[in-house]
Amino acid sequence: MPDTSIVILVGGEAGQGLVTVGQLMAKALVRAGYEVVVCQDYQSRIRGGHNTFAIRTGVDPVYRPSEKVDILVALDAETVALHRRQLTPGGIVLADEAFDLGASAAGLNCLRIPAKKLAPKAAHQNVLFLGVLGSALCKDIGLLEELLRQTFAKKGAEIIDQNLAVLRVAYDWTAAQQYSFACMPPAPESPVRQLMLTGNEAIALGALAAGCNFCSFYPMTPGSSVALTLAAKAKTMGTVVEQAEDEIAAANMAVGAACAGGRCIVPTSGGGFALMVEAVSLAGMLETPVVFVVAMRPGPATGLPTRTEQGDLNLVLYAGHGEFPRAVFTPGSVEQCFSLAHRAFEMAETHQSPVFLLTDQYLADSFQNVAPFDLSALPELPAPLLEPEDPASYKRFALTEDGVSPRAIPGFSTALVVSDSDEHTEDGKLTEDLGVRVQMVAKRLGKGAGLAEDALAPDYTGPEGADVDVLLVCWGSTLGAALEARERLEEAGRSAAVLHFAQVWPLNEDQFLPLLEKARRAVCVEGNATGQLARLIRQETGFRFKDLVLRFDGLPITAATILRGLESIL
Amino acid sequence: MVSAEEYGQFDTAWCPGCGNHGLLACMKQALAGLDLSPHQVLMVTGIGQAAKAPLYMNCNMITGLHGRGLPTATGAKLANPELTVIAESGDGCNYGEGGNHFLAAIRRNVDLTLIAHDNGIYGLTKGQASPTTARGQVTKAQPFGQPSEPFNPMAVAVAMGAGFVARGFTGEPEHLVGLIQQAVRHKGFSLVDVFQPCVSFNKVNTFAWYKQRCRKIGPEHDPRNREQALALAFEFGEQIPIGVLYENDRPAFGADLPTLARGPLARRQLDTAALQDVLASYL
Repeated sequence: MPDTSIVILVGGEAGQGLVTVGQLMAKALVRAGYEVVVCQDYQSRIRGGHNTFAIRTGVDPVYRPSEKVDILVALDAETVALHRRQLTPGGIVLADEAFDLGASAAGLNCLRIPAKKLAPKAAHQNVLFLGVLGSALCKDIGLLEELLRQTFAKKGAEIIDQNLAVLRVAYDWTAAQQYSFACMPPAPESPVRQLMLTGNEAIALGALAAGCNFCSFYPMTPGSSVALTLAAKAKTMGTVVEQAEDEIAAANMAVGAACAGGRCIVPTSGGGFALMVEAVSLAGMLETPVVFVVAMRPGPATGLPTRTEQGDLNLVLYAGHGEFPRAVFTPGSVEQCFSLAHRAFEMAETHQSPVFLLTDQYLADSFQNVAPFDLSALPELPAPLLEPEDPASYKRFALTEDGVSPRAIPGFSTALVVSDSDEHTEDGKLTEDLGVRVQMVAKRLGKGAGLAEDALAPDYTGPEGADVDVLLVCWGSTLGAALEARERLEEAGRSAAVLHFAQVWPLNEDQFLPLLEKARRAVCVEGNATGQLARLIRQETGFRFKDLVLRFDGLPITAATILRGLESIL
Repeated sequence: MVSAEEYGQFDTAWCPGCGNHGLLACMKQALAGLDLSPHQVLMVTGIGQAAKAPLYMNCNMITGLHGRGLPTATGAKLANPELTVIAESGDGCNYGEGGNHFLAAIRRNVDLTLIAHDNGIYGLTKGQASPTTARGQVTKAQPFGQPSEPFNPMAVAVAMGAGFVARGFTGEPEHLVGLIQQAVRHKGFSLVDVFQPCVSFNKVNTFAWYKQRCRKIGPEHDPRNREQALALAFEFGEQIPIGVLYENDRPAFGADLPTLARGPLARRQLDTAALQDVLASYL
């Protein structure tokens, strides 16, 4: 399918309201029935610098950001200089006529806006640009008006009216101008109304759908927005959200809350997660369900705090001293952020183990359109055990066939629930009986078999039963880029397929090894410098990837990244 | 009426003569006296010889990580406000490894009690200086004498306006039982720092050393007077005051939180209608 999507890039300094323009436009497009995927690129500062909000949109599914730009909304002059080379031949620049664009504007298709004249107040600049953009895209002004009314609802009628007036002036002015820009094809008639969410918002909502009622966290970009979303909805949902004094406290609070009957989530990023590692081991030892969300950004140490990477797979796979089972989910889209957050809780509760959701800055901040979730289709989670059958003989770590013991919650019956981080007997008390130690190791690791049985098979997209020329193997947010690259390869006459791991641990080789062996070339595509999934697969199955496409400059992998990488391989 | 016997009798891994024995007996007596049954109590500990205490009584228990008893206890109490949650651990755990959590617990003021065994030494790791070891005291790890000033938990707690600040001594068991009971009854974070000699590794702060110095705070002290309390907190010489140094009525954490008013998390059901509303807000 040829690419008919267009990319709108809003650029400017932090604090200029570019996210407001971008977010409102993206929402208007979703409401109009278009597909949307957003890529936010920002610097680690509150004001100034250069940030962008890029919306890729179209009638057909758009999987991933693209490096091209069709409409460049320049909130400052620097945006034009920095992004003019990305403009497509029919592309256009929307910029204030007051900006001195100098030589960078030469030869550009440029609509200069008399911003000061149309809207004298600086506070109205973002709505002004929204009006210009909406008109240039030939979108119905009614949609934008409705959005503004909702956005400014709390600010009162006067503010709403002022903004609506600016919107109308900008929209009408633009409609009267002579400029060339090809409008988008119309959206399908009466579209199903879609949600617009970021990856982190979807994780928070998936957690809520799983009955998550406790979140402890310490702020760290790009993980924080999971907690902020839960906090924003806490009044409605009753979720206890506590900002801890540090990450160590956040993780230990979650273990304590889970032992006492909470359903707990702990969002963070790599550096914060590194501090939580001892508590991960505690959750393993106490067989406590806790879901950790690790939103990756480039390390080591502080790295590039606001950029993206897939560098912490190894960290999450091996976090925690000692041996205990775990599961690691790696959503590939906003939709999967929701469904896998729910799945993470289901696995954590079912197998009484720590479970991880590994995402990254790109996906965490990426708005996408998603069809409404069917809550009734979600599986039910095990309910907390409040009253064990025979409280007097209750043993928290009773040996069972699958290693999972009835997990009573203290205080709801006369059963005493004892959990010791030391090696412990079935009744939870410290022991140095080495025979019991061996039994307990086997019990804990035995739960790993259940987690492996429940492991999601990687998703295969491509010709069935055929030996493909290229099999693109990927995990997490790289999915969209791989799917798009596959389409481009197919158009170029190559048979191509994608194998996406939405769960990277435990691995069940029967689910994917035959596909790897059958492909003429299996290429592992990862947002890191060392090919961490490729190594994991080799370690687990012996399969060795000869070719890797890696990106680690802090920006998300796009289809173009993959196609460029393949040039030297194929 | 609950009897101390319901809390059971167990063999311990402590040295004969350790102050922990006395503190354990006081704890059982205090809880029984409050008419709390073992299943109504959740003891949360860090790691250390002191942190083993709940192992030797019938109760719900989480033994967590060294230094992390307080955040673990905080999580448990927020998950179930109906439980009586007591954090118990040593001076190293609470004032050293978990120092930041100690400060945060005072600020947060969650309704839980911290029983801090304070013997001025690391016992389980065999005799290194703890945060409350006196400056200059020689240990195997500090052969030239402990070079740092000791931590003063009483002064810090009073200065930060903790809701209930007390100090006890295992050599005054009845007095200590009373302090524990007042602390548990207090709505909000309460601290009882307990002197309990380490017979194996601290040859300075012996039973006799404490016995000679500990002086019960008399009725002339007004525990609601912060300046007086602070003055008492700094008395640490020939005489050391024991008893309630400071008390106030700060509202406990969560009194104004709508999310905690809905009862224990384990009893909560997913409100699907509310979730549908939340989802609709993203349309």
